[in-house]
Amino acid sequence: MAATRDGYGQALLDLADNEKVVVLEADLGKSTKSLHFRKQYPERTISCGIGEQNMLLTAAGLASSGFIPFASTFAIFTERAFEQMRNGVARPNLAVHLCGSHGGTHTGTDGSSAQSIEDLAIFRTLPNVVVLHPCDDVSTRLLTMQLADLSQPSYTRTARNKTPVMYDGRESEIEIGKGVIIKQGTDVAIIACGVMVSESIKAAEQLISEGISATVIDMHTIKPLDEELIETMAKSCGAIVTAEDHNIIGGLGGAVAEYLSSNIPTPLERVGVKDRFGESGQADEMLDLMEISSPHIASAAIRAINRKK
Amino acid sequence: MSMSSTELQELARKCRVEIVKMVYRAQAGHPGGSLSEIDLIAALYANYLRVKPDSPDWEDRDRFILSKGHASPGMYAILAEMGFISKQDLESYRVLGGVCQGHVDMKWCPGVDFSAGSLGMGLSFGMGCAISGRLKNSERQIFVMLGDGEIQEGSIWEAAMAAKHHELGNLKVILDRNRIQNDDFCETQMRMFDIPAKWQAFGWSVKEINGHDMEEVVEGLDFLKNTNDNPAILIAHTVKGKGVSYMEDNPSFHGAAPNDEQFAIAMAELGEVVN
Ligand SMILES: Cc1ncc(C[n+]2csc(CCOP(=O)(O)OP(=O)(O)O)c2C)c(N)n1
Repeated sequence: MAATRDGYGQALLDLADNEKVVVLEADLGKSTKSLHFRKQYPERTISCGIGEQNMLLTAAGLASSGFIPFASTFAIFTERAFEQMRNGVARPNLAVHLCGSHGGTHTGTDGSSAQSIEDLAIFRTLPNVVVLHPCDDVSTRLLTMQLADLSQPSYTRTARNKTPVMYDGRESEIEIGKGVIIKQGTDVAIIACGVMVSESIKAAEQLISEGISATVIDMHTIKPLDEELIETMAKSCGAIVTAEDHNIIGGLGGAVAEYLSSNIPTPLERVGVKDRFGESGQADEMLDLMEISSPHIASAAIRAINRKK
Repeated sequence: MSMSSTELQELARKCRVEIVKMVYRAQAGHPGGSLSEIDLIAALYANYLRVKPDSPDWEDRDRFILSKGHASPGMYAILAEMGFISKQDLESYRVLGGVCQGHVDMKWCPGVDFSAGSLGMGLSFGMGCAISGRLKNSERQIFVMLGDGEIQEGSIWEAAMAAKHHELGNLKVILDRNRIQNDDFCETQMRMFDIPAKWQAFGWSVKEINGHDMEEVVEGLDFLKNTNDNPAILIAHTVKGKGVSYMEDNPSFHGAAPNDEQFAIAMAELGEVVN
């Protein structure tokens, strides 16, 4: 078990040899894990105080001068700087890398003000912006390192709490824009991101007793979406479930629905937060309360299968 | 009916005990900024705020807006002392379904007038309450508690400028100047230089006090209450974690809970007997 935010913190250290890499903080470095970089490279770490809007455009200015800025805060507070991201970063296509930690309701007892359930949706609507939501610390680390070579901006959501490691020994499979088949099955494909990948694995195990064989895909890149893989799954399994700790509007489920309905209509069930705010609770309690934990994914899989013609 | 300084000190001490208990039980939350603000909040509720615990929605009530909403244990403690919520409710802090959400929330807790958690929002919200008071010919006064880290948010200065533009004499700020924010001391994170001069330059009436000296707190709150021709700010110099030795002036206790041993020390220092 490890937290994806630790993978982010590690990646910044791994990237530090590249002197163009600079780190920006908004008084949450201890939480997003950029603090390790700050401790070792204070001269390349820019403290923006509690000022997310200023941070985003400072990063844009740095990117315009050839630096590779990595800026982070809580996922929810990246939204404070959404228009700065839109007009100041995405529009001029400046390679600013924004990371929002503590995403989703899984973040827990801080309550609804801290539980971002719309970040993936809003950043996905911005042209040029790559959107990532990795499921474990290994993939977060590798994906973050790949960002440094990207010539466009990105948004990465990480999570506060620990989740199972998926990619130990499978590091070579991790590439921006490519979904990964974590578990192969035949009857239904569960496409998940972030903390919901391990929930989906649990759901797949529960489905075995119902005689159902499920594929589980880690769709760590929400944009650009791996359409090829989705098409393959639609054809081979004929039923699809999406699972995310995010509003069912506009996130991974929305992206997959957009693709399927226009290209290869397939029964689809979306598991996500049902357009409501969260509250204070432990991470596992929140997944149950929001009806997105493994039993809910399993029953969505059965519903999707029953809809096959 | 107004409480003496000694009585206010005792009230604040009781609140401090509850603050530490809440964070200890939840093993999460924000003790530092709750302990620094509590002398001010306790005195405000006990002697100044025109509110009715048995009818929390009374239209003409004064408003208290805890903009630094993470310091919610401080507010819950005084709400329980005043009778807005029960002592039992304090056990629901950060518990699923509890009235005491991690950050103060008007949808969940009686007596809370603002859903906080994102810094830099409360002063603008307070402006809306102040303008409403003016439009409705209400006597209501609006008190907004800000953190010193919080005033690094640009939106605070948008509101500061606008409050003077609209001459909102019913809008009052208490600044908890405890010199520490999340990661570290403010001095390291974002230097703020002459804070009183900045508010003065925005046209506000300014007074500075020691936020743990009850006589000065009362003088400061008198100043806020009686300054009605201009927006006013009380800059209270405080100590983060005040009252618990190992939390005092310690950035690590911005958002961390005491362990068993530390809890016992805190109770002893706060003069509370626990069985
Ligand atoms: C917009 C926003 N950015 C970041 C945070 C995360 N955060 C919570 S408390 C805090 C530090 C607040 O410091 P201060 O205002 O001085 O409060 P106090 O020391 O009184 O607790 C931060 C950065 C937040 N809640 N809102």
